[in-house]
Amino acid sequence: MSAIQTAPEHAKSRDIRNRWLLSFPALLIIFVAAIGPLFVMLVYSFLAKGDYGDVKPWEFSTEGWFSVFFERDIFDDTFGLASAHLSIIWRSLKLSFYTTILTLILGFPTAYFIATRPQKTREIWVFLITIPFWTNLLIRTFAMQQVIRNEGIVNNLLTWLGVIKSPLQIIYTDTATLLGMAYVYLPLMVLPLYASIEKLDFRLVEAGYDLYASRLQVLWRIVIPLVKPGLIAGSILVFIPSLGAYVIPRVLGGGKNMMLGNLIEMQFGAGRNWPLGAAMSITLMILVTLALVFYVRNASKSGAGHV
Amino acid sequence: MSNRRFDIQSQPGFGLIAMITFFALYLPIAALVAYSFNASDSLSVWGGFSFRWFVAASHNLAVQDAAIRSLIIALWAAGLATITATMAALATTRTEGYRGLTLKYAAINQPLMVPEIVTAVALLIVFSRIKVWTGYSGLGYLIAAHTAFCIPFAYLPIRARLESMDLTLERAAADLYATPWRAFRYVTLPLLRPAIIAGFMLAFVISLDDVVITEFVKSGGQDTLPTYMLGQIRRETTPEINAIASIFLALSTVLIVVFFFINRRKPQA
Repeated sequence: MSAIQTAPEHAKSRDIRNRWLLSFPALLIIFVAAIGPLFVMLVYSFLAKGDYGDVKPWEFSTEGWFSVFFERDIFDDTFGLASAHLSIIWRSLKLSFYTTILTLILGFPTAYFIATRPQKTREIWVFLITIPFWTNLLIRTFAMQQVIRNEGIVNNLLTWLGVIKSPLQIIYTDTATLLGMAYVYLPLMVLPLYASIEKLDFRLVEAGYDLYASRLQVLWRIVIPLVKPGLIAGSILVFIPSLGAYVIPRVLGGGKNMMLGNLIEMQFGAGRNWPLGAAMSITLMILVTLALVFYVRNASKSGAGHV
Repeated sequence: MSNRRFDIQSQPGFGLIAMITFFALYLPIAALVAYSFNASDSLSVWGGFSFRWFVAASHNLAVQDAAIRSLIIALWAAGLATITATMAALATTRTEGYRGLTLKYAAINQPLMVPEIVTAVALLIVFSRIKVWTGYSGLGYLIAAHTAFCIPFAYLPIRARLESMDLTLERAAADLYATPWRAFRYVTLPLLRPAIIAGFMLAFVISLDDVVITEFVKSGGQDTLPTYMLGQIRRETTPEINAIASIFLALSTVLIVVFFFINRRKPQA
């Protein structure tokens, strides 16, 4: 690949100019409509809130950041923890964690099943995982709503079978959000796991059996350690979008069971507290970055074989 | 090593869980599509088979409007993203590592790293300011935002193709006194075409599907199909929304199936 580097000096500097010119448009668009606004938002998180949304320009304030975690009592001006915010942050972390576990429980056997099919049928199974993955997230969330609504499929079926008399209240609960997120993000767990298990050397499994390991021991002590990179990749791919979920809790969780994404939205809408919203957004980004750092450290520890 | 009495690859119960997974993945979508053919006014009571909600949806002016807007935005965003991503991919492959290369990678993939809701409110802050300053409130903001998050999706397949491409043909062209532009036009571009088409289609679907960023960036009366549906879901819904969702579903499934087949036919260059 590097054999072309025998060109004369001026051609080389032309190459350098060209590669900057060529990448300029893409970088410009991303800077204007993605990276730049994040910096503006960082600035906004340190400004005083305006009376009708927005901010007071150039009036420095740490009130936004303060209010993420603390609240002032309106009567005696003492302050305590902002329990409403903290409970929503906690719910986001908790539900994202449960989603990861649930997709892992369903996704690992599924990925294993696909990876152990004959080459030809394997592609079809992967394709069947990919189709829902590329289906619009809102449509999938809406589809889930149809299933778990009070008059939805699950309740109708259970009533018809005589298991329950009155419909179960699943929708507009944390469970609904959890089910929705697991449903929507499941392919993100299966695909990297599949990539990992497909590369598994089954001679090692055979060696395990030859040494009188039970199926469970083989699974636990041979298969899982070997596919750990895929396991971590899948978990992080599910955990991160779950943490920032906005549409799923809004449609399935109802107004009360908010997650961080909805709390952020609220500050820019009815809450009219843009600095607080900006500070919360950055808090969410920090949480995501921590998860990514955890991933990178673990992935490099367990070899370069991740996705 | 297979086909012995004891199959070393099998794990008890895994097949069953896999079947449950596939069933769970497809049941909600299947129910949604089935109920879009419901003749009754209710989402839950089956009133016989009918196309009435598809007819209603296709006559709904707000839906037509939103669908056309979605397509315009997706065409622009995917087009711009594919062109700029192709250029960027040419600039970041087949070169020795140089200063700024890692930074370029990071920048191009940035939209994938940040939660959508965060990008959405950041864009709300900046674009609402620009709207006040310039007075312009057209589709430009949505197209810019969509292009930005489509770039990584267009970039990835194109870069992958470039990295696996043999340089011999291009060098042969150069040896035969082709200018760099002609070598690109007649050698590199044709070889790259499948990846460019794939990148465009991915970007197109991604733009078409977006709801969060569009919801925050759009000005009044600029609903796309997904934001229109989000608005409707909050109210008491009729099977019309199922019909809209089914049409949408069919469209993106067709795109993805085509994408899948383009991508699978890997020419060995």
